[in-house]
Amino acid sequence: MSSTSLTIRALHDKLISSEITSRQLTESFLQEIGATNDALNIYLTICRDEALAMADAADRRIEKGDADILTGIPLALKDIFLSEGVRTTCGSQILENFIAPYDSTAVARLKERGAVLLGKLNMDEFAMGSSNENSAFGAARNPWDTSCVTGGSSGGSAAAVAARMAMATLGTDTGGSIRQPASHCGVVGLKPTYGRVSRYGVIAYASSLDQVGPMTRSVEDCAIMLGAIAGYDPLDSTSIDTLVPDYCAGLIGDIKGVRIGLPKEYFVDGLDPEVKRVIDATIATYTDLGAQMVEVSLPHTDYAVACYYLIATAEASSNLARYDGVRFGKRVDKGDGLIEMYRQSRAAGFGAEVKRRIMLGTYALSSGYYDAYYLKAQKVRTLIRQDFLAAFEKVDVILTPVAPTPAFPLGEKTNDPLQMYLSDIFTIPANLAGTCAMSLPAGFSDAGLPIGQQLIGKPFAEASLLKIGHAFEQVTDWHSRQAPNCGGTI
Amino acid sequence: MRDKYEVVIGLEVHVQMTTRTKIFCGCSTTFGNEPNSQTCPVCLGLPGALPVLNKQVVENAIMTGLATNCKIAPRSLFARKNYFYPDLPKGYQISQFELPICEQGWLDIEVEGGKQKRIGITRIHMEEDAGKLLHGDTPESSGNSFVDLNRACTPLLEVVSEPDMRSSDEAIAYLKKLHQIVIYLGVCDGNLEEGSFRCDANVSIRPRGQKELGTRAELKNINSFRFIKQAIEYEIDRQAELLEDGGKVIQETRLFDSNTGVSRSMRGKEEAHDYRYFPDPDLVPLVIDETWIEAIRTELPELPESKYRRYTETFGLQAYDASVLIAEKAVAEYFEACVALFDDAKSCANWIMGELSRRLNDNGLTIAHSPVTPEMLVGILQRVADNTISGNIAKKVFETMWQSGQEADIIIEEQGLKQVTDSGAIEKIVDAVIAANPEQVADYRAGKEKLIGFFVGKVMQQSKGKANPGMVNELMKKKLAFPLYGEK
Ligand SMILES: [Zn+2]
Repeated sequence: MSSTSLTIRALHDKLISSEITSRQLTESFLQEIGATNDALNIYLTICRDEALAMADAADRRIEKGDADILTGIPLALKDIFLSEGVRTTCGSQILENFIAPYDSTAVARLKERGAVLLGKLNMDEFAMGSSNENSAFGAARNPWDTSCVTGGSSGGSAAAVAARMAMATLGTDTGGSIRQPASHCGVVGLKPTYGRVSRYGVIAYASSLDQVGPMTRSVEDCAIMLGAIAGYDPLDSTSIDTLVPDYCAGLIGDIKGVRIGLPKEYFVDGLDPEVKRVIDATIATYTDLGAQMVEVSLPHTDYAVACYYLIATAEASSNLARYDGVRFGKRVDKGDGLIEMYRQSRAAGFGAEVKRRIMLGTYALSSGYYDAYYLKAQKVRTLIRQDFLAAFEKVDVILTPVAPTPAFPLGEKTNDPLQMYLSDIFTIPANLAGTCAMSLPAGFSDAGLPIGQQLIGKPFAEASLLKIGHAFEQVTDWHSRQAPNCGGTI
Repeated sequence: MRDKYEVVIGLEVHVQMTTRTKIFCGCSTTFGNEPNSQTCPVCLGLPGALPVLNKQVVENAIMTGLATNCKIAPRSLFARKNYFYPDLPKGYQISQFELPICEQGWLDIEVEGGKQKRIGITRIHMEEDAGKLLHGDTPESSGNSFVDLNRACTPLLEVVSEPDMRSSDEAIAYLKKLHQIVIYLGVCDGNLEEGSFRCDANVSIRPRGQKELGTRAELKNINSFRFIKQAIEYEIDRQAELLEDGGKVIQETRLFDSNTGVSRSMRGKEEAHDYRYFPDPDLVPLVIDETWIEAIRTELPELPESKYRRYTETFGLQAYDASVLIAEKAVAEYFEACVALFDDAKSCANWIMGELSRRLNDNGLTIAHSPVTPEMLVGILQRVADNTISGNIAKKVFETMWQSGQEADIIIEEQGLKQVTDSGAIEKIVDAVIAANPEQVADYRAGKEKLIGFFVGKVMQQSKGKANPGMVNELMKKKLAFPLYGEK
């Protein structure tokens, strides 16, 4: 386990000082992706020509002295982001050949800064899953143990960072889809506050919960990436017009006196002993750094998973109606008329979990059931949000585990969807509350699998998550350890 | 048979707005362009695209709500109406369901006997239109359907009335009033043929005296006032016959065929819809504060009812004239442009309703396309008022003006139409006419005074209409009263 890997800032310095060019860097990444991807199945699409063109453009920009910190830095995207001219599958057969005709806002912002986009990363189909096993193109493998899952749905995005197959990536998080794979792959993953990053051009799973966020090697990298993509977008009515702070500048300083809340509902019997050990050690580290531990209560935690699976599936059932074979995507038409064309296209295009959630959501919205399910779930959601706001009266940030267990073996939960849904039990509440939360490496299991900690912050308090996480990283080395099945050398 | 039953009608009107851009994207709303040329990721329903509400649409909705006496909701929601159809790119229509922007309004209509009747407006909400399906009409394309999404995402207002109308005439009166208001507001072009103002009618009948409503049928998408009346009448007959034969009306949607005058049921899959409405998570609740409403209220254009009052009270027009002038906003605007330049409102009204409207009708033109502008028309009226030309000559001038587009003064000058007011010149003609018509002179003097018209007419004829008719009249009377010197 060497720690040769570089941060974005270190690499930026090398680019600026002409120690290396973006083209050399990009070629090196592309070569390593080419060599490793068959084993790890992390990239669904590798954008070789586009990436090299971006690298050349970045080198010219650097030469002109006009470089941003992300100029020339090789990044990659979960295959849920539309990137003009590039295939965007969302992990689904139904979009297997869909070429995006426009850029999502997050991608456009990275392009403006001169970043190099290497390709599109594996994910659970339509971001529905916690293990990447719902990808229509096969599961990505965990670089720490290729017989284990990466987590999901942003499994490819987490694994790409862990395997050093990109400097940083973008993921999306609806119920834990950034944080849970970040924990399983030993990287940093931030789900910003709902409205912090534009959802425009990001394929929707559950619109009121989806949020774009960075997945990185370090908290500082995370601050750089968030600064690049955050901010109001007139194309997304739910994005919020509020100042984007300088996240990097905010990293400096100690965390003495910071009040860290420990929700009693999250530390119940039955928590995996290894996860418990890591969280206990994390608490000790924060205490050493001068933070103050405060017990808090989030009384409606028990209802979060049920609430999530009603709201998310209801929205998904409507969001996925546009994949009907009429205008784009897969069409199966045996000449049996319009209704049959819809049925056959959707039957062939969607995988089992997507169909399950469309059916669940359709049911939750049906007349006669709406009040009992969807409406009630919305009320519970309000209570969960109030739980958090009440807790944040007493504390600055809340510390919890990210996932109940470390990464589990491939195939272990595929036949038990309910068990799979419980993988997100600690991450779902932050989405329902609409607030920000970050997963960062906190330790390892005896088997050598990474285990993360989750910091949940007040709405729009990403800067405090980053500052606290950064302080933790200064006294630990979990984040800089390298996975054994690491493709990259940079 | 029909008299045994009372008719109950409620109307749902889809008003297509005249905003420059669509309701949730920046695409143009122009009608009739190349299919799919006015589309973008949002109105194509592409993955990842998100709606952004057009502020003008909200302002139009508020205006319409204010003009129809509605309450404007301080907070309203957009909802998704979920169903599959190829002209509906997202698989749902963004509409409003719970908490629409306007509720509890009303319009007064004139009913039989000149009485006013108040028709309740349940709600007005905003929504997006769907695209259009085109069916292949060439040998290669027949059997295929094509989707044109230029119209997708164009803004609509749906105005839902209470079931307050009791005859097809009341329904038409309500529709005409609403039609007039949305045009006055500039919210809609009112073009029925192009579907800018579409109506669904809910019709039921019940035995007179019965309290509870009968089962209703919904008549879909009828695009002229005449057809709406026909469709409602047909439906009343159909339901009455059914009930008379001991049958039952079933709740259904019916499509009226204006060619045959008959409607047919659209039963089947169309009926079984559960639209699964839920608040659209891509759009935040629409919050409207009092300041915004008041700002719009103060800028509300003058509405027909208030114009009517002003025309009769301030301009002193007859009730009939006032109602003809306000019937169309463009006519009222033309009239007001004239009055602004020339303060004889009555003669402005007469000319607009007379010569101008006759000429427009003959040529199948609307007043907006009149070759004679208000300035030009007033040019004629001023020359009549200052006695430069007579009323008859004025009509001649108008004809020339219509053809040539020339100003009144130029026409009068070039054609030498200036009225003769030189009494010597007029006297010469008068004398000649008297001399040439001794029999009529004798009759006149014997008491047939109606012949004055004959004499004046002769003088006007000989002067080619240019003699001042007042002067001719006066002089002629004087000369006929006393024998001329030398006359036998
Ligand atoms: Zn558009």
